[in-house]
Amino acid sequence: MKFKDYYQALGVERSATAAEIKKAYRKLAHQYHPDISKDPQGEEKFKDIAEAYAALKSPEKREAYDQLGRHPNGQQFSPPPDWQQQFNTGESGFDDVDLSDLFAAFGRAQRGPRVDMPLPGQDYKVTAPVTLEQIFGGEEIEIRAELPEYDQHGLAHRVAHTFRLTLPTAAADGQRLRLAGKGGHGVNGGRNGDLFVALALRPHPFYRVSGRDLYLDLPLAPWEAVLGAAVEIPTLAGKVELKINPGTTAGQKLRLAKRGLASADGSSGTLYAVVRIEVPKAVGDVERDLFLQLASASPFKPREHFATGATP
Amino acid sequence: MTLPVSECIWLHGDDVCQIEHLAEVSGLTIEEIDDLIETGVIAPVDRTAQPISFRLHYVLTVKAARRLRDDFQLDRHGVALALTLLRRIDELEAALKSLRR
Repeated sequence: MKFKDYYQALGVERSATAAEIKKAYRKLAHQYHPDISKDPQGEEKFKDIAEAYAALKSPEKREAYDQLGRHPNGQQFSPPPDWQQQFNTGESGFDDVDLSDLFAAFGRAQRGPRVDMPLPGQDYKVTAPVTLEQIFGGEEIEIRAELPEYDQHGLAHRVAHTFRLTLPTAAADGQRLRLAGKGGHGVNGGRNGDLFVALALRPHPFYRVSGRDLYLDLPLAPWEAVLGAAVEIPTLAGKVELKINPGTTAGQKLRLAKRGLASADGSSGTLYAVVRIEVPKAVGDVERDLFLQLASASPFKPREHFATGATP
Repeated sequence: MTLPVSECIWLHGDDVCQIEHLAEVSGLTIEEIDDLIETGVIAPVDRTAQPISFRLHYVLTVKAARRLRDDFQLDRHGVALALTLLRRIDELEAALKSLRR
């Protein structure tokens, strides 16, 4: 079992009073609570903070925790023999047990049989990174989660599980899937917790996502923008040829209907190709001569409106 | 260990549930959920229909309400206020993101 320094998690001394522990918890909870914080690590930090507070706010649990002694955070350790006796487990019986689960079981043991209030099981959340292509194709993904399984003493052992599920084509970043009853076990008839899977869309090298629409930067050479061209662009369904009209300007959005992501109602979003005019970083002698010829021959004055005050 | 997913529910789209389901999955009481309806934190699909039903994504809202209630020891008004403000922040962030695009 890995040791967790609960005092360190709350940023308090081991001699801290109950009031100091509560104050530290509240301060950190305001900062890292997953429903409030925008910190990507906030949820994980809050989990540690809440776990530490759950153990240290109860005088009995705090005393038991203090009996575990001091160890560096994350170091493997074995609980004292009387703990192993209490949970009737051998020397290696705690290897796959999380300290938080041990304290939860300890709390239940302390309360004894007189407390029969149903307590719901803990919810678990895992993040499943997905690609745009997986969503577009409605592909099957695998989700791995370490979930508790309980021994005859009510002690939770973390066991790795893999779930296979098919993505709906209308799935989106942040969307949640609820696997009912796959979380922690309820106590005294309380319902089991759920496993929530949150989809996290991986950044795509080409596309930006806005709702069901996709945005693709489309680099054009200056002559393609001026003269017009037919260019091949990628879409999630494969390459398509896009006609560029003569006189296309930077920032112009070229619309490809129904080339975006599918919606729940069966419709599809739009793919927008956003024009960027790129210039070569270095030019050869021939190109330089041609650009010089163009510069002297062209009457085009892109900043004329600065002098006239007219809108371009 | 690979488990078949026998009961998985996507919390989006048009699927609906009853208030009892929201209470069951969140651990809130029906009265607490009624408060969230009154303050506009969650809205029924159709207020005139009986029994009233809710979009399934509100499962996440009532779960958040439960967490805020328990983790910050908030009363009903505090929970409703926090959720309302969090929703406004989300809306403003979405608008800002859209303007930056």
